[in-house]
Amino acid sequence: MAILITDKSRVIVQGFTGKIATFHAEDMAKWGTNIVGGTTPGRGGETHLDKPVFDTVQDAVEQEGADTSIIFVPGPFAADAIMEAAEAGIKFCVCITDGIPTLDMIRVKRYMRAFNKESKMVLTGPNCAGSISPGKAMLGIMPGHIYKEGRVGVIGRSGTLGYEAAVQMADHGIGISSSIGIGGDPINGSGFLDHLKLFNDDPETDAIVMIGEIGGSQEAKAAEWARDNCDKPVISYIAGLTAPKGRTMGHAGAIVSSSGESAAEKVEILRACGVSVAVRPSDIGTTVAEALKKA
Amino acid sequence: MDIHEYQAKEILADYGIQTLPGGLAYSPEQAVYQTKEMGGEVWVVKAQIHSGARGLAGGIKICKTEQEVWDASEELLGKRLVTHQTGPAGKVVHRLYIESGAAIEREIYLAFVLDREKEQIAVVASAEGGMAIEEIAESRPESIIREPVEPAVGMQAFQARRIACKLGIEKSMLAQATTTILGCYRAFTELDCNMVEINPLIVTADKRIIALDAKVSFDANALFRHPNIAEYRDKSQEDPREMAASDRGLNYIGLDGNIGCLINGAGLAMGTMDMIQHAGGEPANFLDIGGGANPERVAKAFNLVLADDGVDAMLVNIFAGINRCDWIAEGVVEAVKNIDMKVPLIVRLSGTNVDQGMEIIKNSGLPIIMAYSLAEAADKAVEAANEHVKKKGAK
Repeated sequence: MAILITDKSRVIVQGFTGKIATFHAEDMAKWGTNIVGGTTPGRGGETHLDKPVFDTVQDAVEQEGADTSIIFVPGPFAADAIMEAAEAGIKFCVCITDGIPTLDMIRVKRYMRAFNKESKMVLTGPNCAGSISPGKAMLGIMPGHIYKEGRVGVIGRSGTLGYEAAVQMADHGIGISSSIGIGGDPINGSGFLDHLKLFNDDPETDAIVMIGEIGGSQEAKAAEWARDNCDKPVISYIAGLTAPKGRTMGHAGAIVSSSGESAAEKVEILRACGVSVAVRPSDIGTTVAEALKKA
Repeated sequence: MDIHEYQAKEILADYGIQTLPGGLAYSPEQAVYQTKEMGGEVWVVKAQIHSGARGLAGGIKICKTEQEVWDASEELLGKRLVTHQTGPAGKVVHRLYIESGAAIEREIYLAFVLDREKEQIAVVASAEGGMAIEEIAESRPESIIREPVEPAVGMQAFQARRIACKLGIEKSMLAQATTTILGCYRAFTELDCNMVEINPLIVTADKRIIALDAKVSFDANALFRHPNIAEYRDKSQEDPREMAASDRGLNYIGLDGNIGCLINGAGLAMGTMDMIQHAGGEPANFLDIGGGANPERVAKAFNLVLADDGVDAMLVNIFAGINRCDWIAEGVVEAVKNIDMKVPLIVRLSGTNVDQGMEIIKNSGLPIIMAYSLAEAADKAVEAANEHVKKKGAK
């Protein structure tokens, strides 16, 4: 079943005709993704990669039944693109764009609160590598071939660290039901807890891996929920043990600014909640394998 | 992006926040001239560096004569100030702000920050001003007032009044306090700030509310809509290595260890640094070369990492996703051929076409140490760095 993205998803690409979007649209199609078109304002009516181009997301929803979107629009315009998708009735949206102003994201999140539970779009990102349900579909910029089909759900901030985890798990013969990238920004569309809940309800997921990093309290909040509500094993790695306080480590959100946000403190909280923590990033695969054996 | 105190005050003054008379000086002559212009009997000579806690580091001097202003200025200009925020390298003082003295009745802490969890801006205030918020949180946590702001409508006057009342501001000064608090909020949102901190905000003997210090930093991602703010950037306050990196579109943070790192992806970069520490070493830097790891970027990144004299070994860890390892390997080989490598190089590639990539490195004839897993790469890097240190010692 996987979560959020399947081969049934009807996907549009926002910022469709751009160079990077074009490259990734072609690549995504190789992994089963059903791309039904895209948007580039001012170029509606044209055809790109043999698919229709629309001026607005609303047109794409009405004419192609689009329910899923991936955004490649540049930072200054991306917040607008997200709100457009939410308003048009898109159910799941991946925002790849990085460099969106924080206050823009605050506005986006406030805007999305206006929708009721049924019509509310799930947003992942911005500043993420995307999501994949191996064997079904991919919505992102990841190397699709490294993902093995299986029954472990992965949630992570970082793209490359997620690849590292996927490869280590595959080396142990462990596959993935869905891998969800939530991105490295301080304010993101959805977080560890949102997807932990989805994986907990997914009958095709047996265990959940959270790949976190310094900054914020999302990993801790998710672990506390898991302690009380989740009977599937939860495994985690937190990056940034060596990160100095007060410095932004690449990801805008990866900064220790208050207590409980450092890697060591997060590891402690996660352990106390019963999460199996891989202390070294090279031990993610082994830790997942051991947790699955025990379960 | 950080700016100086005097710049922050200049900006905040436009939003109705009161400041003391003051002027900028690049020399003792100018400093004395500023005191003459201002008049009065007490002046404060303040070192302008991008850091808080300047007072503890000796960067703020209270002067009662022109001679004292001259001496303080002479001492501070060109001096390297080290605070707990600057790191051990400190920051050099090139500018001074000469400010009138004030009769301080009380000191207040006032800041506007991003509340990541609630996804809104929050006001943090305390009647215990003058010390760092971390200290206040430690010694008087009950004094901290938090007021979240609903982003749909922005900060309301009643919220500002409530903060002022909780701070115990005298009734006659409530309007002044409200203007100050609302002004800071407007500056924060209109200028895309990351933080506005006034510490201390003072109440003077003559019943005025004044920003005695001010720290404002901006969201770099939003500078495209504030070109005038971008001009406040003072490159002399930035780590030269980090500046060179950002000018080349690379993301670099200098650290104190001796193993140079070149990695793609912020998460993998942090993870690799963690591995180095677990293996008993210390990373010399954080460097994310990003997704488009083309040979040109790889070459620039090599130069950047090796420009640090403290590097005793260099570790390259690339996960080729959309890229291919063979292409990256060619970039690494090319870079190494063009650079006089004085330290051992460890390369670990992973992902698309990894076998071809490793083959290229092996066949290059260059003395590159190859690693196949993250753990192996970190172990070999630490070992190579230690040997290099020994060799250096023997010489």
